[in-house]
Amino acid sequence: AFFWLVSLLLASLIWFVSVHLSDREDAKLQYGLLIFGAAVSVLLQEAFRFAYFKLLKKADEGLATISEDGRSPISLRQMAYVSGLSFGIISGVFSVINILADSIGPGIVGIHGDSPYYFITSAFLTMALVLLHTFWGVIFFDACEKRRYWCLGLVVASHLLTSGLTFLNPWYEASLVPIFIITLCTGLWAFVTAGGSFRNVLKCLSCKQEDDSRVMMYSALQVPFED
Amino acid sequence: MITFMNNSDSEEEPCNERTSLMSAESPPVPSYQDGLQASEAGEAQAHRKRRTGSSRSPNNIADGDTSDSGVPVRESVLENEEEELTLKYGAKHVIMLFVPVTLCMIVVVATIKSVRFYTEKNGQLIYTPFSEDTPSVGQRLLNSVLNTIIMISVIVVMTVFLVLLYKYRCYKFIHGWLILSSLMLLFLFTYIYLGEVLKTYNVAMDYPTLFLVIWNFGAVGMICIHWKGPLQLQQAYLIMISALMALVFIKYLPEWSAWVILGAISIYDLMAVLCPKGPLRMLVETAQERNEPIFPALIYSSAMMWTVGMAKPDTASRGPSQQTWDAAEDGRENHRSPLHADSQMSETRSPVPTRPTTSFEELEEEERGVKLGLGDFIFYSVLVGKAAATASGDWNTTLACFVAILIGLCLTLLLLAVFKKALPALPISITFGLVFYFSTDNLVRPFMDTLAFHQLYI
Repeated sequence: AFFWLVSLLLASLIWFVSVHLSDREDAKLQYGLLIFGAAVSVLLQEAFRFAYFKLLKKADEGLATISEDGRSPISLRQMAYVSGLSFGIISGVFSVINILADSIGPGIVGIHGDSPYYFITSAFLTMALVLLHTFWGVIFFDACEKRRYWCLGLVVASHLLTSGLTFLNPWYEASLVPIFIITLCTGLWAFVTAGGSFRNVLKCLSCKQEDDSRVMMYSALQVPFED
Repeated sequence: MITFMNNSDSEEEPCNERTSLMSAESPPVPSYQDGLQASEAGEAQAHRKRRTGSSRSPNNIADGDTSDSGVPVRESVLENEEEELTLKYGAKHVIMLFVPVTLCMIVVVATIKSVRFYTEKNGQLIYTPFSEDTPSVGQRLLNSVLNTIIMISVIVVMTVFLVLLYKYRCYKFIHGWLILSSLMLLFLFTYIYLGEVLKTYNVAMDYPTLFLVIWNFGAVGMICIHWKGPLQLQQAYLIMISALMALVFIKYLPEWSAWVILGAISIYDLMAVLCPKGPLRMLVETAQERNEPIFPALIYSSAMMWTVGMAKPDTASRGPSQQTWDAAEDGRENHRSPLHADSQMSETRSPVPTRPTTSFEELEEEERGVKLGLGDFIFYSVLVGKAAATASGDWNTTLACFVAILIGLCLTLLLLAVFKKALPALPISITFGLVFYFSTDNLVRPFMDTLAFHQLYI
């Protein structure tokens, strides 16, 4: 979450500087700068996700070297999931909490001619974004681990595409539906990347207990340490 | 309605024990248990000894002899385990501290957002005499800097006074002071808070009920904090009084002064804890020499240092000496407690160090907690509360400050695991918090607002 915040900070800085250096009155220019700012923000988010991956990799190596059995207590997949989830949560919260706070107060949605479905579509978009960040996290880390750079490019491209689709926004059929389709596809992709398969799902649903093939040995004869 | 604020010698800075994070590592305890546990306990103890031995050698002499035999043999193996344990406990301690800090902040932010009283300007403390209602920016800045200088010097004087009292063993005076402060905090401030909350929600309460509620709350609080009580209840009380104190600060410190004070306090904290002649460091060293805890009050402890059951006859005889070890370990808190005669500080005592430990070895690994000074809680909450109060109604700023403070706390705990001595908990968190507050309020907010206006998502 901290990394996402820093990326947002840098992107806002860039946008702020560009707005101040430009003509405030020109609405088209401002809109263009906004698009530019959003694109820069997306790219920075992915860059910081990569930086976070590097950091976690180093920490993982450190944990592995000092642990007893040479493996770190947290697998990289779990880290990928947590990282994606936290990016998603902070991104979702930043997008939606002011809207939520305003939704308590008295008011009428869309009284000036905007869409009356603002709140509900914001809610759905935020949900899609949170899920997407989680899936992107899993795919991203896996791609970095296995050095499949086309996967990385695809993740960045899909993030840019999602953000771009929201620019169509009052036309919700064109933005919400594709975004949800993207979410579903990315979810399936992440599921497969994380090692899931149809068989796993069936096994999970049938709730079968696995045989524990480990054997525990006890020894009651131990020389006391101090002697 | 409340007049004390204007002639307030009773308003006080909450610099109690703040910033000092101490890892409550205990010296290894020799194990006299027979059977299966002897070897593992011995091993665990030997490497615990090694871990703590580096930082507190003079204190470990007494119970080092029993583990000496095993130490040279297993040195290399144990070093790895030692580091692993350090990191494992480090991670656990981080979580154990995140929860209370988060709770305190939630209470403060919830109160600020709902009860209007705490964001109204109704006078200032006498420690910040210069007003900020000046026409020019330069004058306002100057006034806030002067306010800060006065506040910090009061804190320094109080801390030095406390250290002197401690050095010359005026324990009764100190205890009396602590009790008086917590009395005022638990009763007076709770009464005011409850009154304001009831006013906000327009709930009527008659005086007898009010008296009953406040009396019970305060009496149980005094007992829990200064004597014995369930750990969680004690922690809850500490969180509540930290929140109350933070609310007082948010209300009575003028805007710019509050930010400058936050910055100055973290610098002061850094110096007081780390410089060789710093008052807090001297306090810690004096306590270490005497092998006694420094004011168990005013510290939030995440775990008790005692266990239940399994009292063995061997350990019972060594009970008192173990106790002093634990006490010495616990005593390593650096708190700055500039106690003021009429202070309303959140001085609370956690009865942790005075517990005898029996079969300490068993639960030592789980029970070892981290201690954080209450002043840290207070200043973190002041930062987040001020962000909630003054950031143009924006929740993003509050959240950003919250994340920044937690990350700072995380980093500080990491440093604590590396350096293994008392560290100031304020500087990193407050720096991050301030940076994030100003940058989010001025840079991120317009960006996010414009995006939300067009319903764009990034």
